[in-house]
Amino acid sequence: MAKVLIIGGGGAGLVSALSAHEAGAEVIVMSKTLPTRSQTSMAQGGMNAVLGNEDSVANHMADTLKSSAGLGDESQIAFLCENAPDAVRWCNTLGLPFSRDASGEIARRRLGGASAPRACYAQDYTGLKLLHTLYDQCLKAGIMFLNERFLLNIIVDETTNRALGATCLNILTGDVEEIRADAVIMATGGYGALYGKHSTNSVGSTGDGIAAAIRAGARLADLEFIQFHPTALKNSSILISESARGAGGFLLNAKHERFTDELGPRDVVARAIHDEITAGGAVYLDIRHLGEEFISHELPQERKLAQIYEGIDPVHDLIPIKPAAHYSMGGIEVNNECMTSVSGLFAVGECANHKTHGANRLGGNSLLELVVFGRHCGKTAAEFGENKPVSTLENNQLSKDTDFISEAMSFSNRIDFYEKQESLAEIFYANVGLVREDTGLKAVLDVIEQMQKELPLMGPKDKSKICNTNLVEFIEFGNKIELAEIIATCAIRRSESRGAHYRSDVPMRNDELFGTHTIIWREDGVVCVNFME
Amino acid sequence: MKILVQRSHKEEPQEYNIELAGVTLLTILNHVKMKMDSTLTYSQGCRSGVCGSCAVRVNGREVLMCEYKPSDGDLVEPMRNASVIRDLVVESSCVEHFSRVANTWSECSREGNVSEEAMHGIETQSDCILCTACYSACPVYAVNPDFIGPFALTRVWRYVSDPRQTLSDAKIAAVQSNGIWDCTLCGECVPVCPQGIAPKQDITMLRTKSSMLGYMDPNMNFGGGLDFGSPMF
Repeated sequence: MAKVLIIGGGGAGLVSALSAHEAGAEVIVMSKTLPTRSQTSMAQGGMNAVLGNEDSVANHMADTLKSSAGLGDESQIAFLCENAPDAVRWCNTLGLPFSRDASGEIARRRLGGASAPRACYAQDYTGLKLLHTLYDQCLKAGIMFLNERFLLNIIVDETTNRALGATCLNILTGDVEEIRADAVIMATGGYGALYGKHSTNSVGSTGDGIAAAIRAGARLADLEFIQFHPTALKNSSILISESARGAGGFLLNAKHERFTDELGPRDVVARAIHDEITAGGAVYLDIRHLGEEFISHELPQERKLAQIYEGIDPVHDLIPIKPAAHYSMGGIEVNNECMTSVSGLFAVGECANHKTHGANRLGGNSLLELVVFGRHCGKTAAEFGENKPVSTLENNQLSKDTDFISEAMSFSNRIDFYEKQESLAEIFYANVGLVREDTGLKAVLDVIEQMQKELPLMGPKDKSKICNTNLVEFIEFGNKIELAEIIATCAIRRSESRGAHYRSDVPMRNDELFGTHTIIWREDGVVCVNFME
Repeated sequence: MKILVQRSHKEEPQEYNIELAGVTLLTILNHVKMKMDSTLTYSQGCRSGVCGSCAVRVNGREVLMCEYKPSDGDLVEPMRNASVIRDLVVESSCVEHFSRVANTWSECSREGNVSEEAMHGIETQSDCILCTACYSACPVYAVNPDFIGPFALTRVWRYVSDPRQTLSDAKIAAVQSNGIWDCTLCGECVPVCPQGIAPKQDITMLRTKSSMLGYMDPNMNFGGGLDFGSPMF
């Protein structure tokens, strides 16, 4: 029986776990938290699928492709959209409590960039309910969970370029452990937390898996494409779902006038808001006209969070908003079997680049992607492991990483990494955010280089072996810095504007030079970037 | 503002003085960790009340740190009924353990149309974020550590009462022992739920359903003098 190790207990990890289990593999899910605490719990809007005759798969594909601004792969998008109705039905049979329409069919709402209402939802808790439904099913299937394990590195046999497992820090005990497997699936999520308080993401979305993948020799793709959600609460960056606009909410500028099509693609709406904030100081979301009954029932989370974090009630008040980093389109490059450039290493969900979102993701396609590709990835990884079981090769990754942890514990602490982390988030939001230009990007790269040099002068202040979250956050910061360098480098190299990547110094799209993916790899420690299919 | 935190290595709560007002307890602890004391240990995630990571007790009552705005002198303690790993971080294995014991999953969910009203019946129960506030507040654990408990029983009711479920009798069987009849219906779990779920009510519903299927409350004594043991059939 093949042993499949899944790293990450969010939606993508749990769907892959069920699928690999169904394919006959022994499955272990390793996660840095309890699975139900993953980023997936925060997804609100819905999961796109064409269920009725009033819409068509061709329309879903066309919308996705259009939104991707030339970087979506047509065959991958076809795979996503064609499998969408089945994915939604599958979730329904697992027990996901979808909201219903008047006829009793799974209810759908229209999200930005969609030509029809096709986001199937469960109130504004779609991600939460999906994640919990999946977790319950994994328990039913008897899948083994190793929680509170922080990924350190993928174990790779260098001569054969084959993944053998992973090393991790057991957060609770402070010990470094290794888990061997015949196939490894990365399902570690995105890197939005790099933007700190300017991100809608959970504090745990630190790109650990993507950073570990490039260290393991895997190629990454399109890391400069980061989606900014148009409507996050101004002070806390907490997400106000697109469904608020889908239901008829207005965007108002400082003069309380509408200024854009509220249901345009996210990159366009986010930039329009950015420009209004720059010009007039404030932008508001107005959902007062939707009425208390509707707001309480369809947007209960939003109402509560606006009250807690902004001190306003959306039933009676305007909601102050700003765009915030929300979704990582870029990620670990995978083929159509979800395998990375390292043999036996797979990737799925937000940490992967399935080439379905391209330069800008359509709302409602991320939950869909993790279900469709999760089912596919679990199966292909299980089959790979079955056909090519890995011998227990000697490898020194465990001892290297054990040494690394003790070394990090003795770093000098002359520089406070929390301060550096905050300043990294600020300069990223300002210079590698909605609007970018060459000089600013290069200045950011200099700052990152300096921070990388200073890492040994930072380190955790807390010297406890047991449950050292200060140490975990320091390693997360290391991963952020690693990805920050790559993102800034890609953003400099992509000297054009496309989707979420907008360069004020080169505002036009240039298909001739940049109509292909940004492929990233490391050679002798140096980040290499090229544009290719 | 003065905040007291019960730490694991000290008898007396540690006092932190912070000049921040109108913010959540989580924002305050993040400020402490980043600017004052990196050893302070707690869990967090979404900061928006859906991931269930940051539940603690404030002045004896369970809250989510990301939704609670503290007052001067508040005492912050770890959750109860689970061993403390460090400071405010407690063992979370109860989630997996009791979910497995109680079979809190869908057995078989039929396709086809379901009315809006029918789905409303499980809307609140499926809002559960597994923060385990109800588990911490439950007094039954003091006498029965094997009690399946409020969150797992609510999740059982969520699946049993799902209009799409076709096979739920085995679930009812799984919660007879150390389950629905061990609850004292004290209701401590109800006000602490950040999602407005009432596990006590769900447990009552499971009792009614169990009775309809022929199960009886083992604590009841119908003997009236001569005790021939618990009535079973």
